[in-house]
Amino acid sequence: MGNEQKENSNKYSIIIPTYNERLNIALLVYLIFKHLPNVNFEIIVVDDGSPDGTQDIVKQLQSVYGEDRILLRARPKKLGLGTAYIHGLKHASGNFVVIMDADLSHHPKYLPNFIKKQMETGADIVTGTRYVKGGGVHGWNLMRKLTSRGANVLAQTLLWPGVSDLTGSFRLYRKSVLEDVIGSCVSKGYVFQMEMIVRATRKGYNIAEVPITFVDRVYGSSKLGGSEIVEYLKGLVYLLLTT
Amino acid sequence: MKHILKILALLVAISACWIGLLQVSVIPESYTWLLPLYFIVSLGCYGILMVGVGLMQFPTCPQEALLLHQDILEAKDFLKNKGVDVGSN
Repeated sequence: MGNEQKENSNKYSIIIPTYNERLNIALLVYLIFKHLPNVNFEIIVVDDGSPDGTQDIVKQLQSVYGEDRILLRARPKKLGLGTAYIHGLKHASGNFVVIMDADLSHHPKYLPNFIKKQMETGADIVTGTRYVKGGGVHGWNLMRKLTSRGANVLAQTLLWPGVSDLTGSFRLYRKSVLEDVIGSCVSKGYVFQMEMIVRATRKGYNIAEVPITFVDRVYGSSKLGGSEIVEYLKGLVYLLLTT
Repeated sequence: MKHILKILALLVAISACWIGLLQVSVIPESYTWLLPLYFIVSLGCYGILMVGVGLMQFPTCPQEALLLHQDILEAKDFLKNKGVDVGSN
């Protein structure tokens, strides 16, 4: 494994939206460099004016790894995830784009798998899935797993999305494909992630999956209250009717 | 074609079959009238079954938390030596 190092002339732009991730962004950057030793990539940090000094840490990382490898493209305040990706895209010089979370729930050790899968299948999008064998989640209690599974079955029945993990946000996109799909998405939050992948399916793009493990935030549990569930159902109906 | 149209087309096809069955009277009419109800209930049961099965087979990865913890220590060590401030949030 890993002996067939094919010539990879692609460049990967890794877009990471951040808000108050001063420690996590440093750890994440280290791990990305550790797991992509022979890959041409750049990291684009889109920080929304974090008050905890995230941007200062990014500047320190730039002096360690180089300003050509780590781009800081900040915004004045929290402006939303979708626009953060669009903003990052404007500065991306790669022909492929990776999106991932800054809080270490997405582990960079899967990045080579994403790249390999894309090269093997020629896929336009490679999406990480937590719900298949080889993947998994840690840190969810029974109730959380139940809502996740219920939500997934409902979405599969209504939308026939062609992927097993609709709300995941650890993905590799061909840059032109991301630009095309993101233009037609209007939702917010995790419904946005669903909308992206469903619209891509409807447009006929080739989507492949790789298993990933997801370790939920150790500090501060994931919020999943009644309002999130209502938002999700509204999102499902919206996608049912408009895609 | 929009997805909702595909689903509506499917429902129309199923309804047509049901109306056909009513006309042909191969099955006793009282039974045929209840078919849509049976269909919906079966769909509901299937959904609940899928949720239950999925819940039982939900892949977990407790060892990943430990590996992540080790990665964090390794990262903090490296970065501290390079002058990056890795104090907590």
